Amino acid sequence: MNKDINEFISPVVRELPPSGIRKFFDIVATMDDAISLGVGEPDFVTPWNVREAGIYSLESGRTYYTSNAGVLELREELSRYLKRKYQLTYNPKGEMLVTVGGSEAIDLAIRALVEPGDEVLIPEPSFVCYRPCTVLAGGVPVGIVTEAKDNFKLTAEKLKEKITSKTKLLILPYPNNPTGAIMEKEDLEEIAKVLKDTNVLVLSDEIYSELVYDEKVHVPFPNIADMKERTILVNGFSKAFAMTGWRLGYACGPKEIIAAMVKIHQYAIMSAPTTSQYAAIEALQNCDENVKDMCKQYNYRRKVMVNGFRKMGLDCFEPFGAFYVFPCIKSTGMTSEEFCEKLLHEEKVAVVPGNAFGASGEGYVRCSYAYSVKNIEEALKRIEKFVKNHSK
Amino acid sequence: MKEILELLSKNADLTVQQLAVMLDMTEDEVNACIEKMKKDKVLLGYKPLINWDKTDREFVTAMIELRITPQRGEGFDKVAERIYKYPQVKALYLMSGSYDLSVTIEGHTMKEVALFVAEKLAPMESVISTATHFVLKKYKQEGVVFEEDEVDTRQVITL
Repeated sequence: MNKDINEFISPVVRELPPSGIRKFFDIVATMDDAISLGVGEPDFVTPWNVREAGIYSLESGRTYYTSNAGVLELREELSRYLKRKYQLTYNPKGEMLVTVGGSEAIDLAIRALVEPGDEVLIPEPSFVCYRPCTVLAGGVPVGIVTEAKDNFKLTAEKLKEKITSKTKLLILPYPNNPTGAIMEKEDLEEIAKVLKDTNVLVLSDEIYSELVYDEKVHVPFPNIADMKERTILVNGFSKAFAMTGWRLGYACGPKEIIAAMVKIHQYAIMSAPTTSQYAAIEALQNCDENVKDMCKQYNYRRKVMVNGFRKMGLDCFEPFGAFYVFPCIKSTGMTSEEFCEKLLHEEKVAVVPGNAFGASGEGYVRCSYAYSVKNIEEALKRIEKFVKNHSK
Repeated sequence: MKEILELLSKNADLTVQQLAVMLDMTEDEVNACIEKMKKDKVLLGYKPLINWDKTDREFVTAMIELRITPQRGEGFDKVAERIYKYPQVKALYLMSGSYDLSVTIEGHTMKEVALFVAEKLAPMESVISTATHFVLKKYKQEGVVFEEDEVDTRQVITL
């Protein structure tokens, strides 16, 4: 070969930016006494009855591929769960696909829909996969900046501004990682009004749907009048049932779109992990209490966290969903990355710079409360000291 | 009120200040609530959960099944009272099923416990029979697993 090996990598992939947290990850990995508020997954271990169901499926020799769309029993159970929880009606035969985590469902939906040149609207700050998936599909990611003054919600005005004749898809990532923002029914109805006379489809990533706090309720986007026919609903087991490592998610939507997604899925993946699928049936059938309890624990921690940041004088919007708070650190005069790097070196606390979730996250840091109260309080104490040392 | 109890039942270490933050209450409200529950004998006390096996304290625990003839007009309560007044008796429950009272007893040696049963419980007029079961090892108590590994094996940062 007389060519640099890098040149073999497809330019699209070569130019994808690496994840914004690698640097911190490497530093934290070398420290033994650092405490992290950096994770994006539950600290709870999967409920034992679910783990046991997974073990039982292995003991019973269920070690084969399943149908491409997922075990029918699981899809039927999902259909019942969506009905019971959210009054959603999806036919397990044709309108549902079980995937390898919510992430695969997102990738499939974007690949199934986006043609080269199509624009995909992405409210930001948000989870990091929408842009790269869009780019890999040949689409054009168009960020929509959401702001603290709007409680990090997507507003109808901002959406309207960005819709063009090329807009194919709107991503609705709520409850939101990293801001913890939620969209309530009235907010979604405003979005629906804008979309009604367009041909824009919606990918509603509702992976944190079970983690909504106090009096708030999660309203799935397909529940908004006339929106179901244009919406692909993505969800999964990771956050609600503390099953991140099982890699199991699902997509529901119009049967034509699901069929297109199944086509890609069957070639790329074949079927989602069999053990995980059988465990998930148990999760849907017998974990309502566990989910409720985990949610309660998160809510206590959320309050400790918000209270802690406000007490140290940082602006902290009250998040009602997911398990993150997104305090503003602009008053320290540091950029997000400076803040995170210095905090790590001086006080050994790892948090994630807001700009890892899009340029509009600059000036913020993401702190996860998927930790014990004790851990959170120690971290807050250290951050408070840090902020005090650096205040002008 | 129920929420304060739920939180304390998992972790009695929580301060009034912490409870107030977690429950959106003022510290005064939490204090008042706790005082009321103490007064009403809902909240009876706080005790640490100890794995005595890791200390050099020598003692044994036994669970004793008692079959009882209930007393006319007093049912099991009178007998129960005569039993729970012994300081060796750590817990006493009225049970459904093949026996009536479950007595948890602590003593320094198996012999001491056995003698207590033989000399104090068995001779009681209304006691029909006793069966003594010694605890060999405690795996879990009050919802807490004694030897659980609490290492966080998650990646330190994930998006």
